[in-house]
Amino acid sequence: MDIIFDMSSALCLLLGSFLCLSGGVGIIRFPDFYTRMHAVGVTDTLGAGMILIGLLLQTPEFLVVLKLLLILVMTVFISPVASHALAKAAFRNDLVPLSDGNENKGETES
Amino acid sequence: MRDLFAVVMMSGIFGLLSASFFVAMDAVDVAFTEASVGAGIATLLMLTAVTLTGRLEDSERHKPMWALVVVFITGGLLIYGTLDMPYFDSSQAPVHLHVAPRYINDSMQEIGIPNIVTSVLASYRGFDTLGEVVVIFTAGMGVLALLRVESRPGIDQTMADSIFYLMHERHLILRVVTKILIPFILLFALYVQFHGDFGPGGGFQAGVIFAAAIILYAMVFGLPTARRVVNQTFVRLLAAVGVLLYGGVGLVSMLNGGNFLDYNVLAGDPVAGQHLGILLIELGVGCTVASVMVIIFFNFSGRRNHS
Repeated sequence: MDIIFDMSSALCLLLGSFLCLSGGVGIIRFPDFYTRMHAVGVTDTLGAGMILIGLLLQTPEFLVVLKLLLILVMTVFISPVASHALAKAAFRNDLVPLSDGNENKGETES
Repeated sequence: MRDLFAVVMMSGIFGLLSASFFVAMDAVDVAFTEASVGAGIATLLMLTAVTLTGRLEDSERHKPMWALVVVFITGGLLIYGTLDMPYFDSSQAPVHLHVAPRYINDSMQEIGIPNIVTSVLASYRGFDTLGEVVVIFTAGMGVLALLRVESRPGIDQTMADSIFYLMHERHLILRVVTKILIPFILLFALYVQFHGDFGPGGGFQAGVIFAAAIILYAMVFGLPTARRVVNQTFVRLLAAVGVLLYGGVGLVSMLNGGNFLDYNVLAGDPVAGQHLGILLIELGVGCTVASVMVIIFFNFSGRRNHS
């Protein structure tokens, strides 16, 4: 039983770290604001969530499990809403998403 | 950096980073304070100030040369000063030999609460903390004296309604989620407030978190609506009551025959007296911090709507 917990926890932690890393790469490499935000949103929600789940599987103590669960619920609530608010604020301030039609100024890579 | 918004964000990131290195050095109480005050509310208040002053820095009218020279000289002196400091991690450092052993060895018998930081902050160094609370109170009063906006009830009412409905469509998701979250934030603030004896936390952090919930409400539901929910006169009263409660505990301990802020005499048993005293003064700190933060935010952003 222990080995199953350990394996799945390690898997979750690895996946979470990978997602966080890819979010970090994404915020530098993606061409415009919205795509970058998409990368960061994934980091915030799924990356942090995966790491929290991985930690959850590691702890035997009930109180710690409860606290981690609360943090997880809060993250699931707050991060997508924060991304939503950011994107909406940008859109309301007339930041046009990058598409084939318009050429955004800045680093557009071929 | 010209863009003040970016500068504020940088300072917020700096606050969060210093919070993480405080955690790495096992100073969780300080980290908690830094995360909630330095990264949280200070960033927020500075952003509110930026909306008042405009986003771009003015061009300089003087040469920064002399300032740079002063900075270099001061920095050089400070670095020279660190040469005499004991090595990091040294157990013979003066800070570990002076009063720290007493706090670590005897605080459990003398104060009887598990979190040593709280017993140092609230009991051994109670007078310092009183000073800090008075500083915060003075800051709030300064903001009130300089930036206070008189609200006119008639116009406020109609404006509140119009802003409320105007923002309803735009911020539907934000509003729903905020409504769900605010009770939990308030509950967490209370937990931090009253759990400060046992774990990291205490009046300062709790006050800031409590204020953050109210400020969040004001941001999402509009300032006039928040003004109706949170009575400004009551908040001002609460700021004073916090300081008075703190000072009052000190006076009561004097009347009971001890020194100022000597909680041993508050109850029959010294340890019970310490518990009571710490609980009361933390409550005073929490009240003052929360209400001063709310006062500062409301008056800053009220001024923006006003002009």
